[in-house]
Amino acid sequence: MKNIIIKAAGLTKIYVRGTEKVYAVNGVNLEINDGDFVALMGPSGSGKTTLLDLVGCLDSVSSGSLEVFGKDVSRVKESRLVGLRRGNIGFIFQDFLLIPSLTAIENVELSLYFARRPQDKKKLLGLFKKVGLGHRINHLPKEMSGGERQRVAIARALAVSPKFLIADEPTGNLDTKSSQEIFDIFKSINKDEGLTIILATHNPKLGSQADRIVYLKDGKTVLKEESSLY
Amino acid sequence: MNLFSVALKNLTRKKVRTALTIGGVAIAIAVLVSLWGFDTGYQMSLNNDIDKMGYQILVTAKGCPYEAATLMLQGGGGLRYMNEDVYKKILSDTRVDKITPQLVATAYDPEKQAGRGGISLYMGIDKSYIILKPWSKFKSGKWFSSEDANEAIMGYEVAEYEQRSVGDKILIPGRNEVLTVAGIFERNGTQDDGIIFLPLNIAQKIFEVPDKLTGIGIKLKDMGQLSKFEEDLYNEPGIQIISLAQVKGTILNLVSSAKAMTNSVALIAVIIAVIGVVNTILMSVFERTSEIGVMKAIGASRLDIFRIIWIETTFICIFGGILGNIIALLGGKTIEYILKSVLPYAPKGHLVIITPHILALSFFGAVIMGLVAGLYPAFRASSMKPIEAIRKGE
Repeated sequence: MKNIIIKAAGLTKIYVRGTEKVYAVNGVNLEINDGDFVALMGPSGSGKTTLLDLVGCLDSVSSGSLEVFGKDVSRVKESRLVGLRRGNIGFIFQDFLLIPSLTAIENVELSLYFARRPQDKKKLLGLFKKVGLGHRINHLPKEMSGGERQRVAIARALAVSPKFLIADEPTGNLDTKSSQEIFDIFKSINKDEGLTIILATHNPKLGSQADRIVYLKDGKTVLKEESSLY
Repeated sequence: MNLFSVALKNLTRKKVRTALTIGGVAIAIAVLVSLWGFDTGYQMSLNNDIDKMGYQILVTAKGCPYEAATLMLQGGGGLRYMNEDVYKKILSDTRVDKITPQLVATAYDPEKQAGRGGISLYMGIDKSYIILKPWSKFKSGKWFSSEDANEAIMGYEVAEYEQRSVGDKILIPGRNEVLTVAGIFERNGTQDDGIIFLPLNIAQKIFEVPDKLTGIGIKLKDMGQLSKFEEDLYNEPGIQIISLAQVKGTILNLVSSAKAMTNSVALIAVIIAVIGVVNTILMSVFERTSEIGVMKAIGASRLDIFRIIWIETTFICIFGGILGNIIALLGGKTIEYILKSVLPYAPKGHLVIITPHILALSFFGAVIMGLVAGLYPAFRASSMKPIEAIRKGE
């Protein structure tokens, strides 16, 4: 029996725009088990990114409950959330968001520094080889292609040995070939190491390769047929 | 990888902007160091000037006390005369330890300053002058062969300037008197370096002021007797008594008024530099909003972010402080030259003395400046919520 690492019940996130309330995530119920590979799919504005932010403990919950690693995080302040994220949750963004002044390996070392983990060069070299970037560790992000940058971002997320990985449109800025290569890395990490991955994507071909797909529309989870994606 | 490396690498991203900000801090620090250097240098040189006079009191003919002060310090200015009898009278006072009569005279020399003309300074003295200044040594030659010899002893600088050596003949312009150089003093860093000394009797004869003096330098056995001594001489007609301590106080008062003004300018320069640093770092924080967001997302604490920004600001100010100190050290001579040309009275010696203490203090000041300037940008950066920062930056 697999452990539940994320459990959301009636999870809601409301943004206020002027006098209007926008339900970015609206009463979502979700359970994610250890080792799952879940793809969040839905049209733009369906709430994929907001849901990832919530389960990644990056944003505060408006209502409902959210448990991460068995802890109720729905009422926890940012100052305490950072401790929960640190070393437990890996993040990968569509725009890579690497520090431009640091080389590939330095970007990864910095994440280890923030996670208060030792910076073991040998281990890092192994990690870079695993993501197919062993020869580019001393290059700056501007000297790399989009695919290479995303590999650095993956290495940065994996270096701290997180308990699960959040990837928000990780292939959104990549060509088809690079997208599949990046997706293959995710699949292999999930399969070989059992790392839980929650990924948002627009790409049905990639999304279909996940173990499970959660469809979203207007902030709610819906059936595939209702998602208006297809 | 640590926060120092991150901060240093961040500063290299916008090199021109970082360099300009460091330049702003450097200029402010250079101004500050130069002013402190001037404060130290001026006081040291003034003290040196006054201490090396050898006497504590100057008796002059009655007149403007500032002219008398100028006469005392620069050996020129208001040439008023008093009778030599005054000297003889004071000489017999038992409270007097040492005393020296002086006759200061000037002559316009059309050959001076490469033909542009200038004033040459002469001073009639007797043996007592050198007794009051035991540190005065001869570079070459010796004292006058007699008190009535047509001879001159030249100060170091004037001899250098006129390229004279012992045995040379010099002409006093407008007086048609030729004197033989009997000796040349070593440099002692006072007004004496620029004076041509004559035997007192000869000076009185050449400048046609027989039995007259322009000043009498006095050293008392006990300075505690100064007030009583002044009081006793008060009734003596046609003279005034000036104590060197008074002159020093007056000059320092005048200088401190100007100093208050220049310190205000330095303070404004520092404030502008701080605002410049705050502006630069704030701009850089806003440009890196998403990076700060992602750093927080992957585990950076508020303190981590605060420290990165704080270190960056402090680095800018430290580099600015070092550069400012170098500029002040290299530009000290130029500043001294400018100050000497604009100040009504500038003591001999170095006007700007930048001591290790000043350098250390200004460096410490630059660090404090960085720490203060970094507070607000660091606070802004560390207060950012990770997800808002990431989305804003996208």
